[in-house]
Amino acid sequence: MSRSTVALQVGMLARRSVVRTLRQPAMVIPALTFPLLLLAINSSGLDSATRLPGFPSDSYFEFALAIAFVQGALFSANSAGTNVSNDVETGFLNRLSLTPLRRVALLLGQLAGILALGLIQAVTFLGVGLVFGAGIKAGVGGALVIVAMSLLISLAFGCIGAFVALRTGSGEAVQGTFPLFFAALFLSSMSLPRNLIESDWFRTIADWNPVSYMLEGIRSLVITGWDGEALALGFACAGTLALLALAATASALRTRMART
Amino acid sequence: MAEAAIEAFGLVREFKKGLRAVDDIELRVEPGEVYGFLGPNGAGKSTTVHMLTTLLPPTAGSARVGGHDVVTEGEEVRAIIGAALQDAALDPFLTGSEHMKLQTALHGMRGREGRERGEELLTRVGLSKAADRKVGGYSGGMRRRLDLALALVHRPRILFLDEPTTGLDVQSRSALWEEVQRLAGDRGVTVFLTTQYLEEADVLADRVGIIHRGRIVAEGTPEALKAEIGRPSVEATPVEEEDLPRMRQVLTRFGEAVASSPKGAAVRLLGGDAQLAQVVRALDAEDIGIQDLQLHAPTLDDVFLAKTGRSLEGAAEEEEPNPRRDAAAREEALAA
Repeated sequence: MSRSTVALQVGMLARRSVVRTLRQPAMVIPALTFPLLLLAINSSGLDSATRLPGFPSDSYFEFALAIAFVQGALFSANSAGTNVSNDVETGFLNRLSLTPLRRVALLLGQLAGILALGLIQAVTFLGVGLVFGAGIKAGVGGALVIVAMSLLISLAFGCIGAFVALRTGSGEAVQGTFPLFFAALFLSSMSLPRNLIESDWFRTIADWNPVSYMLEGIRSLVITGWDGEALALGFACAGTLALLALAATASALRTRMART
Repeated sequence: MAEAAIEAFGLVREFKKGLRAVDDIELRVEPGEVYGFLGPNGAGKSTTVHMLTTLLPPTAGSARVGGHDVVTEGEEVRAIIGAALQDAALDPFLTGSEHMKLQTALHGMRGREGRERGEELLTRVGLSKAADRKVGGYSGGMRRRLDLALALVHRPRILFLDEPTTGLDVQSRSALWEEVQRLAGDRGVTVFLTTQYLEEADVLADRVGIIHRGRIVAEGTPEALKAEIGRPSVEATPVEEEDLPRMRQVLTRFGEAVASSPKGAAVRLLGGDAQLAQVVRALDAEDIGIQDLQLHAPTLDDVFLAKTGRSLEGAAEEEEPNPRRDAAAREEALAA
């Protein structure tokens, strides 16, 4: 099969993935509104936290803005997982298995759908942040890096959702993992910087939780400027998780689409 | 002998815990033939189709489709087959034409070629007006027709249709039958059709294989199978209900009793339909008034009954495991 044919397959599957996601308001609207709702609640309810000695910003809204990007990415796991499990349950994957489709084309097409939703979310959250007065200390370049990191996080969580769907073939199983992602978010440096978390067990979990570093990477661009260490850790955590999840998804896809 | 379109030799599919969904099946389907694979739910029809379409490896035995081995030449097999599997596998969020565009692209048809092929097929199955509507709003019949059109995109020589009319209304069923007949008649496509509907097998199939508990228990043309059973049955209903026991006694002089309506009695005529006049005379001699009298030619259900001891209706087995959809069945298939 020629490269151009594979490219055509990737293009068509990516288009399908994007189109079907955008045609499901029940999937797109919560992925946009829930993170903004949590941002609004957090920034109004926890504003007094900025008076804590050593708090890195005098605006809790700016501090909390990063949560929206990561929480939005968690929704990628749900939408990617739901889309893939639908394909398994309806037999659509069987239809694809009977064509000369390359598995890599299916995987790339699916990832394109995840990234499309991730891009809409990132641009929306960035826009809302700017409209409500958040300054991006790292400037326009920083805003672009926020979008890039946000997409990488979406990719990581989206692949985890797709992996669960491919392994189980069940939409219920995908929905069942959703609370776990939220637990990972809440047990991170979401609400406070790690050095200000007083509870030892909570701080230990937050120290080991990769979500903390993803949040801090984005947060650093908003409230600090260019912080090489925070960015490196953020990209490393998101990239490693994305790579592991991608490998697991590819393996699960190979098993699910087994054909002679 | 010319090369068969589909051949199976001792085909077996066993799942963990010893369930043999398909048990030593031998098959030979000639090019251009419509082969009806008839059996109740859970008989092994879909598992057989999954093996023949390369979606599931056999546990034992072998099969060739279009001259290619389904295990070692899967890609070659897939290139020449089309399949509409049990559930119309469509994306409810895409339109009919978007499905067609995707399917043509996956088969390497670009631009104008893909567009024209898509339009041609949508027109052929009567969906050109609904082409821009999302499939989620299609009726069951429309979904099945689109499913069939998608299976035909790459002009397959051999078509697998797994219960294509299950759940369809009479009109949609007839429309699909016409299309299948046209494909086989005009275009010489070999059709392997699984069904649990006797009438469907009778109308469409050149030959029928009856599958029961994973084994083929009878095979032949519908006419030959029915002729094998041979004898017609007669069913009579008395004018007076209290005459029913006496009517039964009279009828049993002419053959063995078979199932009938609660208000009547029926027997399979040992001497064939020539005995009908004798039956009427015997009932008259016993002074039993006849409200209704019907002569039934043998049906495929009679064949099924004769071969399995059960009527096809209500003979459903446990549902076949579907390793491509159910997680547990997949684990079993992998472990087996």
